[in-house]
Amino acid sequence: MSTKNFLFVNRKAPYGTVYALESLEVVLISAAFEQNVSLAFIDDGVYQITKGQNSKGIGMKNFSPTYRALGDYDITKLYVSTESLAERGLTVDDLMELTYEDADDDYAEKPSIILVNREEMAAMMAEQEVILSF
Amino acid sequence: MAMLHIVNKSPFERVAFDSCLAHASAGDAILMIEDAVVGAVAGSSFSGKVKAAMADKSVYVLGPDLAARGLEGKAMEGVTIVDYAGFVDLTANNDTTQSWL
Repeated sequence: MSTKNFLFVNRKAPYGTVYALESLEVVLISAAFEQNVSLAFIDDGVYQITKGQNSKGIGMKNFSPTYRALGDYDITKLYVSTESLAERGLTVDDLMELTYEDADDDYAEKPSIILVNREEMAAMMAEQEVILSF
Repeated sequence: MAMLHIVNKSPFERVAFDSCLAHASAGDAILMIEDAVVGAVAGSSFSGKVKAAMADKSVYVLGPDLAARGLEGKAMEGVTIVDYAGFVDLTANNDTTQSWL
């Protein structure tokens, strides 16, 4: 099976709609097919990976810990829009610390989150072969 | 005749919140729930509009929805955080309710 560059574009806040959870499900499925997967968090999508999510009060499952597992599935490129964070009064310190262990570097723990501006995000998108939007 | 305006859409994605602010009258109450709670965060590009509304309206946000999105403690000053019982009180204490879907 050939390997392609897959990008999942996440632009919705979690819990209010089902897009964020559905995206995560498909991302995990795609990992089983050993594709080169990247994730983009743009606009309200940045709320998906905020730290300290506690959904007990709204009676829904907190699925944010699942993002921490992505590194174990070799999904190690999570591009986050700096403009989207700034517009929402957020910084990278408000996001979960998502990391992966680099098998090519003695399993050193490295950050999965890559902060990019719109221009850099566009350049990354231009390199993709399959783009799925949520 | 005070009205409770309930907003559940993110102001960064839909115009519902803007429309609500444009139609709410002095003395009314505005409650952010679900995805609209992101509008309560301090220092965003939308926070100025909420602050302006506070001049003559009371503004509330549903705490459990803030917490779910990891935004507890990031709400701007002047916005009152309420729980579900507080939500019920708001509906009871206002003459009418309008949902900005």
